[in-house]
Formats: sequence, C-alpha cells, structure tokens
Amino acid sequence: MATQEHKNPQRRDADPADDAPDPAPAAAPAKQELDDDVDSVLDEIDGVLESNSEEFVRGFVQKGGQ
Amino acid sequence: MSVRRIMGIETEYGISVPGDPTANPMVLSGRVVTAYATQVGMRAARAGWDYEDEAPLRDARGFDMARGVADPSQLTDEEDPTLANVVLTNGARLYVDHAHPEYSSPEVTSPRDAIAWDRAGEAVMREAVRLLAVPGTPGVNLYKNNTDGKGASYGTHENYLMSRATPFAEIVRHLIPFFVARQVMCGSGRVGIGVESSRPGFQLAQRSDFFEVEVGLETTLKRPLINTRDEPHAVADRYRRLHVILGDANHCDVTNLLKLGTTSLVLGMIEDGAVGEALTVDKPVEALHRLSHDPTLRTTVEVAGRGTLTGVQLLWSYYELVDRWLERKYAGERDEDTAEVMQRWEQVLTKLERDPMEAYREVDWVTKLKTLESYRARDGLDWSDHRLRAIDIQWSDVRSDKGLFNRLLAAGRVEQLVDDTLVKDAVGNPPRDTRAYFRGTCLARFPREVAAASWDSVIFDVPSQPSLQRVPMLEPERGTEAHVGPLLERAESADDLLRLLAEGTSATG
Repeated sequence: MATQEHKNPQRRDADPADDAPDPAPAAAPAKQELDDDVDSVLDEIDGVLESNSEEFVRGFVQKGGQ
Repeated sequence: MSVRRIMGIETEYGISVPGDPTANPMVLSGRVVTAYATQVGMRAARAGWDYEDEAPLRDARGFDMARGVADPSQLTDEEDPTLANVVLTNGARLYVDHAHPEYSSPEVTSPRDAIAWDRAGEAVMREAVRLLAVPGTPGVNLYKNNTDGKGASYGTHENYLMSRATPFAEIVRHLIPFFVARQVMCGSGRVGIGVESSRPGFQLAQRSDFFEVEVGLETTLKRPLINTRDEPHAVADRYRRLHVILGDANHCDVTNLLKLGTTSLVLGMIEDGAVGEALTVDKPVEALHRLSHDPTLRTTVEVAGRGTLTGVQLLWSYYELVDRWLERKYAGERDEDTAEVMQRWEQVLTKLERDPMEAYREVDWVTKLKTLESYRARDGLDWSDHRLRAIDIQWSDVRSDKGLFNRLLAAGRVEQLVDDTLVKDAVGNPPRDTRAYFRGTCLARFPREVAAASWDSVIFDVPSQPSLQRVPMLEPERGTEAHVGPLLERAESADDLLRLLAEGTSATG
C-alpha cells in the first residue's frame, strides 16, 4: 500500500454519526428565494403529473426483463 | 490504462399504453422498433442481426450451460422473425428484448461518449413515442427506468472490454465490494422497498432489491452481482467483455459519467494487479440491499481488515486506491477523461459525506429524493401515497413535456455535461474511434446491401456475388474513421467496398 497522504480535507474515517455538517457556504441563496424555487418545481410537477395517479400507478405493469 | 476503454450501455425501456395495462408488450415493443426504423428509412427486418457469434450460455468460469436446463428467456440467440430488429446508422442496435424495446449503444471509448450515445437512445425512443402518438389512439409511452415497483425489473447493462489475461476470480473478488457501494453515487432512486414495494419508503437504487446471488450466468432470474456471460463479441483469446447487469438507467450526466468512469478505472486497476488486499464485504447481497434502503447513508457494512464502513467510506477506499495507482503509473500525466472522472468522483463523495442533499444537481437519487421530500412536505404525504409513486414512474417518461426529469433538466435544475447538439449528432452518426464507425457507416451508405450485422460482423448481399459476404470485425478498436474512413470514402458501391477490403489486408480486423 502506498504511503502517500490523501489530499482531500473532507475525508474522514471516523464513525459517520460524528460528522458534524460543515457551515453553509457564504453564497447560499436567501431562504425566501429557495422556497420560491421549490414551489415552482412542485407547481411544474402538478401541471404535468397524471391526474389520476392511483390508476396510473396501478396501470404501470411491466413484464420482467434481463 | 486510463478511464478510456471500449464500453457501451444497453437499456431496456419500460413500455405501456395509457389506460390499457393488458396491452401485449412484445407487440408494442415491435411497433416501437418498426416505427422508428421506418421513419429513418430502414426496414426493421432488412438489416437483421447476425447471430453466428452469440453464445448466451457460455460461462466465464469455463463451461457452457446445457440448453435444456436453461430458462427460455436465456435463449437470446434463437431468432424469432416476429421480433423487430434494426442496426442504426449510429452503430447502435434497436430491437425487442423479451417484452421491452432495447437500445444497445455503439461501442465508445470514453464515459463522455457513452453519455452522448446513451442519450441518443433516449432521443430514438422519444421519436418513436411521437410517431406512435396517432390522434384518436392512446399511443405508447416509454420509460427509462428499471422496475414497475410490482415485482418486475428490466435492465440497463454496461459492457467493458477487458484483457482476457485477467483472471476472472480477481475481477469477482475486487468488483463485488465496489458494486455493493457504487449505488450510493450511481443509484437512480426508487419509491418503495422490496421487489413488490411491500414496504413504503425511498431507496437509492431501482435494481438493488432484485439481486439475489453474488456470481452467476442468469440475467432474468436469481440475478447475480457479477454476471458471468462470456460473449466477448471480439477475439476470444485476447478479450473479455464484462457484462454488468447491476446498474440503474441514469438520467443525470454526472451520475452516468461516474458509473462508467469509476468502474472502468477500478477494472484498470484490477487488470494491472494493483489493488492489493481485497476490500471483502461480509454478506454482499444483503449489504447491497441494506445500503440501498438508507438514504441517510449512515448504514455500515463489514469490510475485512477495515472494520465497519459506510458506503461512502467504502467508495473513498476505492477512490484512494485508484488515485495512488494512477499517481504511480502516470504521475501528473492523466488524460482529460481520467482527470475529469477523478475530480467528479472526489467532489461527489465529498458532498455525499457532508450532506447527501448537496449532490442534488449531480446524483440521480438525490435529485429525485429532494423533489419527493419537497412534495411530501407541502402536502403532508406519507411514503405510501400514490402521488409519490406516480412521480417516481413519470420521472423517467422519455417525453420532453411529460417526463419530470426532462422538465427539471430543461429548467436548468440539474447539471448537464454533454451538449444537446452532440447528442443530436450521435442519433445519426457513429463514434469515430471504434468499429461502430464501420458498422454505422455501412448502414448509412449501403442500407440495401447490408443483409445483416452484429457487433462483430457486417454481412453484405451484393449483385456480383452468389452468396452472402461476411466481413468480420473481431477487433473493436479497428474499423475506425482513421482506419477505414478513406476506404469507405472511395467505395462507390457495396461491391466496390468489398473489393477494396479484399485488396487491403484485413482492414477491419
């Protein structure tokens, strides 16, 4: 095994539960902006999602493949 | 070795008629293939498939399965004339595989090209849907996914050309742990846990619950992490084609790049005998399921000599091994494709380790989960709600206006690596640096004289010859534009081409 040090500062071998989240980056958009963005994604989905989702899901039946 | 090698992606698409779940999927799939073939001026049976070198029961462990004990779905080399089949001018194969239309991409040499020709396949399917959307009929919808959530799964297979000299046991030993963890960055996300979605919830990968054994020949039942099908479609004593059946159909370019790129690099390291101690995972099939079922990525697996590792930590171990191997072999001289894959690999693992949601522009399952969580939060939905399952299915609808991923992509919400113009070009044109160039160009130039083709042959029916003329192409890196471009340019007819090929010395391999 090579002895070269890994250069990635985020690398951790510790228990993942110990990993504290890093502070949010300074350039993060304002909360309101994020909320508006999420709303517009959801509106877009509402606009095209099959209207009878229960029937749509029930009707999506495939034969097995490879 | 670098990330560059001969590779390709085969995708079986989900197929349905709105409002008619009993429609016959074989007939429908045939209509998809025929509709597209007709539109581009080809007949789905005209340029048929040459089955001579197909051997779906040949096992990489060194034996053949008896035909009598094989499941009928394994007998993929028995030609059924009712099944449509066409080789396209981009070198791809479009056909009916069991009950799904399948697009098998032409051979490419880099992950970026794999993305371009994979997305070209989506464009082909989108065009077929458009052609079949006849007013007054329900039409046919196609989905780039891998399960109906009711117990059926269909594949997205990767193929990697490898050196035959590498012992198969070494591939198995070092690839299984990598495959257990790979879904953490390459899964496409799925609503429902268990093959029939018997438990509500979200998991990382479409395919993982459908895998039952570590190594085996089957692809339609008792699916194995490592598939042993040994059909090299090339010089058999020099090459092996590793047929990877575990992966999901990807939508995000970055995810697809990582799937092909990191796997190719790990294979390079195995071929070079450079892995060292194996990162053997305890109970790998069970570990695959457990990792897939935990979107927090905190679940750990037991790794021999390393203790308990999360999926991300196991992937970091492979990243470090590959990074050191590349450093030893090439110092600072990494080609662009290799450097890009390594940079993306490091970035994505860093994000997934800090907070998986940070990878929402790059990783398929994260993009899907983030969207579903927002939807759930707004409407207070439980994971068993039909709307969430509907979003999961419609996510992969190939249509630009109905496919939810396509809507997010068009709105610039996910990162795109390969420009649309390159994809458009890849729909009609073959890669220039593999034998797919010869295959695709022959189909474009002489569609009437090509009687059949396969990955390693083109068969001509020309007026001057009493019998069919088979041109073998057993070297995947020959038949390139640099190699046969001038010759194809000079040939005024298929007859001419055959004469020029005969004069030259084994132009295609």
